[in-house]
Amino acid sequence: MTVKAAAATALYDIPGPRARRRHRLFGVLATVVLLALLGWIIHLLFATGQFTYTKWMPFEYKGIQELLLRGLGNTLKAFAIAAVLSLALGGLLAVGRLSEHAPVRWLSTLVVEFFRAMPLLVMIFFIFVALKVQPLPALVAGLTLYNGSVLAEVFRSGINSVERGQKEAAYALGMRKTQVMSYVLVPQAVRAILPAIISQLVVALKDTSLGFLITYEEFLHAGKLIASNLDYDLPFIPVVMVISPIYIGMCMLLSWVAQWVSRWERRSPKTEAVDVETAGAGTLLPGGVPPTAPGP
Amino acid sequence: MNVLTDNISVFAEGFLGTVELTVYSSLLALALGFVMASFRVAPVRSLRVFGTAWVTVLRNTPLTLLFFAVLLGLPRFGLVLPFMVFAVLALGCYTSAFVCEALRSGINTVPTGQGEAARSLGMSFGQTLSHVVLPQAFRTVIPPIGSILIALAKNSAIAGAFSVTELLGTYRTLSELGYNIVWTFLWIAVGYLVVTGAISAVFNVLERRWGFAR
Repeated sequence: MTVKAAAATALYDIPGPRARRRHRLFGVLATVVLLALLGWIIHLLFATGQFTYTKWMPFEYKGIQELLLRGLGNTLKAFAIAAVLSLALGGLLAVGRLSEHAPVRWLSTLVVEFFRAMPLLVMIFFIFVALKVQPLPALVAGLTLYNGSVLAEVFRSGINSVERGQKEAAYALGMRKTQVMSYVLVPQAVRAILPAIISQLVVALKDTSLGFLITYEEFLHAGKLIASNLDYDLPFIPVVMVISPIYIGMCMLLSWVAQWVSRWERRSPKTEAVDVETAGAGTLLPGGVPPTAPGP
Repeated sequence: MNVLTDNISVFAEGFLGTVELTVYSSLLALALGFVMASFRVAPVRSLRVFGTAWVTVLRNTPLTLLFFAVLLGLPRFGLVLPFMVFAVLALGCYTSAFVCEALRSGINTVPTGQGEAARSLGMSFGQTLSHVVLPQAFRTVIPPIGSILIALAKNSAIAGAFSVTELLGTYRTLSELGYNIVWTFLWIAVGYLVVTGAISAVFNVLERRWGFAR
């Protein structure tokens, strides 16, 4: 493992016996330091009484469990609606940006650039406060506008990344633009950008937690309700310890699917004429430009 | 229009808050991201594991959850700091995971031959790093770091919702004063565009000066 990782970069040679001994020493030291850090955190948790029964008691109650599950359900509901709508909006905007009619192209470019540049939370607050919309529609609308615009860029770059010869050959066979798109470009592009799409859906899933800030009754909101209950001695840390693994686990699962799809599509013979996206860091960043899009 | 002119001090305070938050968090994210990236490319296994865990966990954490845990959770350990510092911590740690990945992929784009050539000329590890590998890596990471910092500026809005003084938070004061909420939001939007525009301008200059696509 060490040898393989070292050989992969320009930084080190394959270590000899002395370097290996030194690395082993560093390894032991680093492990000790990291374990000490972990121990200190656990000590701190115990010292401040985070593992007392009163603080964990609420999780035994049926009502509390249902509250948490309802919150999780609301989070997933917002995510599902927003995902479907943003895929639809993204498709629409991408078609607009690839249109042959200049006004349509300008309009969709304007929409995409505007909603990508705006902080998502500002949009959600604007819809919630200024337009006086209910929390769920406000959250979904914000997520849709933002992720739809990002996905439009992903779709467009996917279409453009199909080798030029494919399009030229299709036109040479006498296909119309719609046929070229639907029979030749889109099927290949979708395979290439599927990892990027899923990565963007991870961003959407993460951003559903913004609903907490506009009092949408999602997972974090349920956690806050339990955490601020004096009867259970304000079990804030236990709530975080229950909620974060579930939240992070869901996102990790979806990220992992993106990576798996990326590897799978890369091997597929059907992606010969197009570069498959890697499910990299950039794609997972909310507000960031996915690697498929032009730089800032 | 007079929403802005009447309340210039409120807006200025919020704007400065956003700028401050962005600058401090960027510095923290860059420093921490650099440390984590060096962990991830280190020949020592436990450091690599730690770096990987840091990146994987933080990249998949909703930022709101992180803010929730840091701003409301750390005080339970008796750690009482201004909200601003907590916000910088949350935002900086979160972004450091993305910075780390950008730096690591930048280092990995430097061909192995460069390092081998440097070592065969007799350069030490430090020399290889500072004269050969890092200067080349730096050139390729300018654009991704730029978009990460733009995202950071946009994400700083979440701090406003957790009652840190910054641009988005100004809407509360102004709507209480009875000003038109749509115009208020318009000026808030302009404020954010100024910040992100400034970052993107800086990185465009850096890119033109040192940029290099591999």
